[in-house]
Amino acid sequence: MSKESQPAISADGFRCTFADNMAIRGARLIDPSIDMDQVADILIVDGKIAAIGNIPDNFDGDVIDGTGLVVCPGFFDMHVHLREPGFEHKETVASGCIAAVAGGFTGIAPMPNTNPPIDNPGVVNLIRNAAADYPVDVCPIATISADRSGDTLAEFAELNDAGVKAFSDDGSPVQSANLMRLALEYVKMFDSVIIEHCEEPSLTRTGVMDEGKISTELGLPGWPSAAEDIDSYRAIRLAEYVDSRIHLAHVSTAETVRLIRDAKERGVRVTGEATPHHMSLDSSVIIDYDTNYKVNPPLRTPADVEALIEGLADGTIDAIATDHAPHATDEKEVEFIHAPFGMIGLETALGVVITKLVQTDRISLIRAIDALSVAPRKIMSLPEIPIKVGADANLTLFDPNEKWTVDRDQMRSKSSNTPFNGWELSGRARGVINRGLAWMRTD
Amino acid sequence: MAEGIHNLLGMKGLNREVITTILGTSAEFLKILERPIPKVPSLRGITIANVFFENSTRTRISFELAEKRLSADVINISASGSSVYKGETLLDTVRNIEAMRVDLVVIRHYAQGASKFLSDRIEAKVVNAGDGSHEHPTQALLDFMTLRQELSEFEGKKVLLLGDVTHSRVALSNIYGLQALGAEVMVCGPSTLLPHSISELGVESCYDLDEALSWCDAVNVFRLQIERQNDGFIPTLRDYQRKFGLTRQRLEKVGRKITVLAPGPMNRGVEIDSDVADAPGSVILQQVTHGVAVRMAVLYLISGKERVDE
Repeated sequence: MSKESQPAISADGFRCTFADNMAIRGARLIDPSIDMDQVADILIVDGKIAAIGNIPDNFDGDVIDGTGLVVCPGFFDMHVHLREPGFEHKETVASGCIAAVAGGFTGIAPMPNTNPPIDNPGVVNLIRNAAADYPVDVCPIATISADRSGDTLAEFAELNDAGVKAFSDDGSPVQSANLMRLALEYVKMFDSVIIEHCEEPSLTRTGVMDEGKISTELGLPGWPSAAEDIDSYRAIRLAEYVDSRIHLAHVSTAETVRLIRDAKERGVRVTGEATPHHMSLDSSVIIDYDTNYKVNPPLRTPADVEALIEGLADGTIDAIATDHAPHATDEKEVEFIHAPFGMIGLETALGVVITKLVQTDRISLIRAIDALSVAPRKIMSLPEIPIKVGADANLTLFDPNEKWTVDRDQMRSKSSNTPFNGWELSGRARGVINRGLAWMRTD
Repeated sequence: MAEGIHNLLGMKGLNREVITTILGTSAEFLKILERPIPKVPSLRGITIANVFFENSTRTRISFELAEKRLSADVINISASGSSVYKGETLLDTVRNIEAMRVDLVVIRHYAQGASKFLSDRIEAKVVNAGDGSHEHPTQALLDFMTLRQELSEFEGKKVLLLGDVTHSRVALSNIYGLQALGAEVMVCGPSTLLPHSISELGVESCYDLDEALSWCDAVNVFRLQIERQNDGFIPTLRDYQRKFGLTRQRLEKVGRKITVLAPGPMNRGVEIDSDVADAPGSVILQQVTHGVAVRMAVLYLISGKERVDE
């Protein structure tokens, strides 16, 4: 088989090659799915793991010095917004893929609140094709309701045939309890899951931040935590009632953590994700009306932050997802009440998780990798990607001790609305290997 | 401020000394307002822009008069709420103001944090003339000037804020300022119109107006915006008036003098009765006069000019 000598696409700041004959020497290999945690060399030939152990000194392919690096199954972010089609001034599939690689992600699941929304195979394929040459599996999530209108179900069968593994009207909740029930019943026929953005909209109509002491001090309309909890309970109860599977997006409250924990104990098939920002920031950061902290659901109280971290540690919260939500600077440079909700997260997730959760001994590095890689893939019904000889090489390489400072002007995302600007973080991706490609940072 | 503070964005963070300085300066300017020619050249050569993103005739005129009494050059920019929807952003407005090289901007805006947004982005000094339901510091200062006249001191005094606290633009400024001055603050109003976490600001809540009146030395009566009925916060104005309307009967029941303040245009017969508002010794119109003096003091102190008082 003849092959191009160079991959079709490359990006500034990365060395982009085929993963056809390369070795990583002396890295710490961690794979929670097979209880692997060992220092060894790993050989990759034609995009597959060819050997694990000692690579001979006379190996003639590309060699990456893995000293100090962790190599693990590729991170998968099951909650991103790529904004294409419709809002390409904020992000495109291409810029989103590059941001993903910079953050160490080999897979991302873009939410369907695009224009047009992802409610038919045409849009699914448009997004997939735009990502074809990147080392990133882009797995679009389709809408629950046709045209994301909240009225009737989207064509799940056709979408599932097109490869869709999850359905969500994210950005908005499913308002009708009956439509939610129908979606949970209908999805049982497919290897897919319903993801609910939990929000009771009649309670959040004017809300722009968590309702509490800080919103009172700032005179800003509040967004009560109860608005999330009510819908969380509804989603869990309906999934229990029709014996289906439900995943709760961006859990932000202590009470929703408790609801998930209780439901899991009685056997309900519920999973949950939490974002790095909800686990590292509380609403007090809004004190100067910085719109980079405006997000849906809003940043909550220190007690909520604590509950999310506990939930992640004990497995109540299954996955870490970023809810990467790019917005252009001029859209955010407005009055707080007028600014759009959302913050970018792909490039900072690993550093925030390691700095705020692992180095503080709240969760182990292995649990972090599990929540960034194994758990989200399982929720999305995607194949396992174990570090085993013969498996496809789908790997993230990162240095858990690399110190770096977040600089909003250096983001690979097309947008720069990060809440972590200026933060000094430990832990940064060195590169990824996936789909026969290897992208390694050059700086 | 006296120490070179450039802006007055809110009462939050101002200590007793700063507030006392402003009130003292206000008292001096009040004397000037009583002269035959009530004008001083203090801000000659200073250009002030009054930028109003929502209508507030009373506040704008009060600032404009204060500026003219200080001999500043004044421009008024009226950008009503609708212009935002025509495409002009606050940032664009800000840049235009900056390009005009004004020295000081007085901004009124419906969005919380708008004056902070402005001050973070321009060189000119900024005075907040009301940013939504956040702060309206000069209104609080004129309330304090009136209270000082009536109560002579703040330490240990009890002030009741009555009515729609959630949507009020003066409630927070009153709370922050009065606490800094050593007074106690209580809020009284419909439970649907008191902020969810008001107790965390060190403020007591009460739903019984008679009980609240018997507690306080002074009451500040907030205007009930008629829209609140349509928004469903209260069933009817009639129901509001029944429970929270300030009537002469209620005041007489207390059996001692309570100072009654009212910041904005009044809905007579709803939150306050005419025989209270117009009672002999009512200070409500004095508040308006004090407003001009307070605004002169704030503008003068912020401008950092040496006093030219012939």
